[in-house]
Amino acid sequence: MKISHWLRNVILTELFIPITLLIVGIYHGLMQTVYRAGLIHQSSFAGLDYYQGLTLHGVINALVLTTFFAVAFGHATIAYFLKVEPRKQPTKISMWLMIVGTAMAAWAMFAGKADVLYTFYPPLKAHPLFYLGLAVMIVGSWIPLFDWVGLLKGWRTSHAGEKVPLAVWGTVINFIIWFTCTLSVAYEVLFMLLPWSLGWKATVNVALARTLFWFFGHALVYFWLLPAYVMYYSFLPKLAGGKLYSDLVGRITFAIFLIFSIPVGVHHQFSDPSIEPNTKLTQSLLTFGVALPSFLTAFTMFATLEYAGRKNGGKGLFGWIGRLPFFDSSRYLFSYFICGLILFIFGGFTGIVNASYELNAVVHNTAFLPGHFHMTVAGPVILAMLGMSVYLVSQLKGKKVFAPALNTIVPYLWMIGVLIFSAGLMWGGLKGEPRRTNLGLSYLNPKSDLFHPQWVPDTLLTMCGGFIMFLAGVFFFIVFFGTFFRKQTQEADQLEFPVSEALHDERIIPLFNDLRPWVVLMVLIILIAYIPAILDVFRFAGPGAPPHVPNTPIPGL
Amino acid sequence: MQFLGVELDKYEFRALLTAMVVMTIFIFSMLYVVGAQRSDVPQCVNFDKSYLTPRVDKIDDSTYEVYMVAQMWGFQPDEIRIPVGSTVDFYLTSKDVVHGFYIDGKDVNMMAEYGNVTKRTAKFTTAGVYKIFCHEYCGVGHQNMEARIIVGFPSNQQ
Repeated sequence: MKISHWLRNVILTELFIPITLLIVGIYHGLMQTVYRAGLIHQSSFAGLDYYQGLTLHGVINALVLTTFFAVAFGHATIAYFLKVEPRKQPTKISMWLMIVGTAMAAWAMFAGKADVLYTFYPPLKAHPLFYLGLAVMIVGSWIPLFDWVGLLKGWRTSHAGEKVPLAVWGTVINFIIWFTCTLSVAYEVLFMLLPWSLGWKATVNVALARTLFWFFGHALVYFWLLPAYVMYYSFLPKLAGGKLYSDLVGRITFAIFLIFSIPVGVHHQFSDPSIEPNTKLTQSLLTFGVALPSFLTAFTMFATLEYAGRKNGGKGLFGWIGRLPFFDSSRYLFSYFICGLILFIFGGFTGIVNASYELNAVVHNTAFLPGHFHMTVAGPVILAMLGMSVYLVSQLKGKKVFAPALNTIVPYLWMIGVLIFSAGLMWGGLKGEPRRTNLGLSYLNPKSDLFHPQWVPDTLLTMCGGFIMFLAGVFFFIVFFGTFFRKQTQEADQLEFPVSEALHDERIIPLFNDLRPWVVLMVLIILIAYIPAILDVFRFAGPGAPPHVPNTPIPGL
Repeated sequence: MQFLGVELDKYEFRALLTAMVVMTIFIFSMLYVVGAQRSDVPQCVNFDKSYLTPRVDKIDDSTYEVYMVAQMWGFQPDEIRIPVGSTVDFYLTSKDVVHGFYIDGKDVNMMAEYGNVTKRTAKFTTAGVYKIFCHEYCGVGHQNMEARIIVGFPSNQQ
């Protein structure tokens, strides 16, 4: 279908900006593995400090890229599946808020005034513009939800008795999760951190700030995962040459995400004081609940791929695997998706380790964690985003993909890199290697009193993986920018998706065609899970932490 | 197979069932460890200013209380000497930003937060030097933050 020129420009802008920033993000990812392997015994390299790079890497890759992409892909999905375009005014306002917010936060980070990492735990303090910028960007990303919900309402009246398209069901659920979870971080930033970092408020309640952060921080991972799930359910079966095994499982999956995504944040705080063990246990159980939709997806995807492989002529127990289009450059999205799925198997299982209350005490804050989440966020999430970015750019600008063969091998190279990288990190983590630490400066510097020789082999392995990932990243940028800037050869402003049919297309179930009961259930579970946590934080926490004194890293007392 | 009033493919139903059984096993194991094994998880302690004074209290020959204070960029006390077989209660708080506290080889893994106290107990049955390091980013000197527990060396008696 053809879409308006202005909408095309909005989507392209929302893809171009974060992918350009991703160059910085990936560079710092590589540099961290080099620092951590002890190759650099310094606090900074080429004018950029290790912890500054860590902040840039986390904020750009995990927050800016994912949010921009989710909004851009959401616009495309809604327009394509509902056959109605988002309204121009709110869409543009949303885009500009996101751009301005990102620019403010980026300035603070590049100027070295916000080395607080992606978690920005107070009383570590960043420049006020860092907090304000992130808040503005998040508010910008809220706007599309209200616009889309309006469009969906209109669609339902004119299509009475039809199922809401699965991709729309997923996209709207995703933004409801996002809106709800970011309310807490918006409160933390606007009413706690910002007045405190400006010096208007003397203290800040550390435990409360952490709890509000993780209310948002864990749901964020589903916000960036669900666009990938939308692609898996809606496009992967068609690309593989088959049909989606079950339409209903897709709907159940997204609905479970809606109710369980948010009330599980406390599992990031298992080692925190001031939250009762019972509260932590409750949220640990809920976290297991949120693993359920991923189990369902794993089954559905395997069934879907097997169906496709057999339809393509595969025989025997495993013969169907070889009949999937792994290296078909005209169906490059398939390679991006399949690599992400393979990584996610490991990402999911290690996630269950972290969610288990007692096992978490072994791995909390060790390198095991980045090992885990790189197999999720640097797995299905980023691969789906990168593949879809190339796809959208080539369609909307009417250009053939640049270097198609290279484009097809990028995800495989990336997957191998991530597997090596994560194996190294998790091995180190089990030996107690901390995350977020410039190991090269002390623990892996043979001249230091703190030298830990047992961490040498795993950090070297991590670095090898990091180099392979970086190389895959460079290849991707060649493909993306090559496509973006090459000569136009096809008709522009086109938007087509490889939409799958369902093998089992169950009849309409009202419960899985209406979001309202699910939203009510979501609110209820959040209240049950979070009221005790918030009460604990007020009951056990002592005085709030004082502000920083200018020019010294130590807070004023 | 009927599920929520819908005819469901039998393989799909089995997958759903398997997923639920697996989850049940996981959840049961976790509850078992918490309940029957009395696993040691961080406890909530009400904040009091006395926790800000670093010290090692000897309760009896094999029981110690360590009041540990984390601050940029070190722990106090930074060297603790105890005999083999000691049980140690660690009370941890922070004087400034958020710090981490990890005892290498003991899986004692805590967070030190301003205005909060956390408690864990550990038993040291093997002689050796146990390194403690900070695993939460706490500013430019973060990677130098370390302390030691020396267990069972001849000149250890305090």
